[in-house]
Amino acid sequence: MIRIENLKKEFVTPSGIRTAVKGLDLKVGTGEFFALLGPNGAGKTTTISILATILKPTSGSVRVDDLDVEKEPHLVRQKIGIIFQDPSLDDRLSALENMEFHGRLYGMSRNQRRERTEILLHMVDLWNRKDDLVRSFSGGMRRRLEIARGLMHYPRLLILDEPTIGLDPKTRRVIWEYVHQSRKKWGMTVFLTTHYLEEADSADRVGVMDEGSLVALDTPEKLKKMVGPEIVILQTDPHSLESVCQYLENTFGIRDFHSEAPGELTFPMPTGVESVINIVRSIPASIRSMTIRTPDLDDVFIQMTGKNMVLNQENASPFHRVYRGKL
Amino acid sequence: MTEGVIKPLDSPIQLPAPIYRDLRAIYTLWLRDIIRLWRDKVRLVGSLIQPVLFLFILGGGLKGRFSGGFSGGGNYQQFIFPGILAMSILFTASFAGIAVVWDREVGFLKEVLVAPLSRTAVVLGKVLGGSTNSLVQGLILFSLYPFFGIHLNPARFILAVMTMFVIGLAQTAMGIALSVRMSSSQGFMVLLNFIILPLYFLSGAMFPLNGLPKWLSLAVILDPVTYGVDLLRGILLGAHHFSLLVDILALGAFGSIMIFLAVRLFNMESPV
Repeated sequence: MIRIENLKKEFVTPSGIRTAVKGLDLKVGTGEFFALLGPNGAGKTTTISILATILKPTSGSVRVDDLDVEKEPHLVRQKIGIIFQDPSLDDRLSALENMEFHGRLYGMSRNQRRERTEILLHMVDLWNRKDDLVRSFSGGMRRRLEIARGLMHYPRLLILDEPTIGLDPKTRRVIWEYVHQSRKKWGMTVFLTTHYLEEADSADRVGVMDEGSLVALDTPEKLKKMVGPEIVILQTDPHSLESVCQYLENTFGIRDFHSEAPGELTFPMPTGVESVINIVRSIPASIRSMTIRTPDLDDVFIQMTGKNMVLNQENASPFHRVYRGKL
Repeated sequence: MTEGVIKPLDSPIQLPAPIYRDLRAIYTLWLRDIIRLWRDKVRLVGSLIQPVLFLFILGGGLKGRFSGGFSGGGNYQQFIFPGILAMSILFTASFAGIAVVWDREVGFLKEVLVAPLSRTAVVLGKVLGGSTNSLVQGLILFSLYPFFGIHLNPARFILAVMTMFVIGLAQTAMGIALSVRMSSSQGFMVLLNFIILPLYFLSGAMFPLNGLPKWLSLAVILDPVTYGVDLLRGILLGAHHFSLLVDILALGAFGSIMIFLAVRLFNMESPV
């Protein structure tokens, strides 16, 4: 469905040329659910904008359903449904009018528009507000309307750029259910970028992007296995944190430490070394507590990019960032 | 959830030919502007206040001072009536450019840019929407013509309406061409004032064009709005400075160039 070959995108900025995407290669199959993760500024939104024909590639080729995005943008656009990170509704029109506008632009007949609007507005629970102006909608309602609109014209490829930010868990679940139904019904491909790692968890494949190129690409299960069998979290004295790190690295070759709170140390257990208990017992510092868990995509992310997905978000406290810098 | 049965569809939407699809899209964009205009009646009425003040207070106040000296033998109020009409259209039409910047600010432009229509259709839809909007405002003001002792036969009436529409078309296209690189509506307002006020003042809307100082008459000739005002005055009052053919050609050229420019600029990659 998607074939990206050696994609480069450069922007001219006042401080010189900035390369947002550096030689990206990626194939996504028809009907696949693909998730792209990456810290802010990794080039995810730029990649999506090129897929959606808003931006033109500097070099390389991008094909959607075997159509070149540069040569046949109209045909590509007809096949794509996109839900943007930022709002894109006309708030002076009603919910119904926004849907109508979309359906007309995508060449849908009156009956098709009516049918799809009814089904989708019921799905996002906005049918009883269909005649209200979007101005009067809350952020979550607008989001739901955008998702309904993006699905309206039976897209072959649904692009979701951070789609569920600001949605309550129930709405998120309903929307995901419908997205997966649509995948089954007309073989829709899903291309997702998200900060909610549990959403990426159900993807067929996950790509991790950092500084303009892919640093990992595999199924969520295999990516997690790459990190190691277990993740260990220790609570120790904040002052001895650094010496503990040094000790573990020198003695057992453990790496990829990070810390999310004072005195807390998280690291993946490498395979084929001694048992966790023996290692922790041998640490020449006081350990207050120890937690062992299986790796999740956040751990994959940290190992691949050296950045913490959660800390990358705006709500990270300054303390976290300063502390992380020390390690 | 009331989910009807949908067949496993590959492409359930019958795709029309590109031209027809673009025509439909132009109509859709136009329709949106009309719905928004209708919904915003306060703005419609509010924007009539300024031209009405000009007509009745400025025109009424100066009517007695300048008597009889105007080409065609009319009074000052009659003289500025076509000029005020042009002003109203000029300002409203330029608002279409602000609407594009505004769409960019609120993100709606992205919805249009990823939809399957050509950039040319986007521009034409916006130009038609904006010029219809300015024509509606112009027509409300135009309907006051009997109060100024102006008499029109049906042919002149229709010609006047057509001229107003073309002036609106050219100005909307100019506004949209200017809006392509703009991302803040406030910045765009400043830019517009910088361009529109000189265009308006130099157009001879408020003063006759004969006996002007040399530098001023040169500026007047270079101002494209001059020809629209002159044409409108020729149709409404039977008095004009240039030959009507020159007016029509100049206005048509200005409109075509502006539409071409707007389409060209919009077709280049624009920041969203």
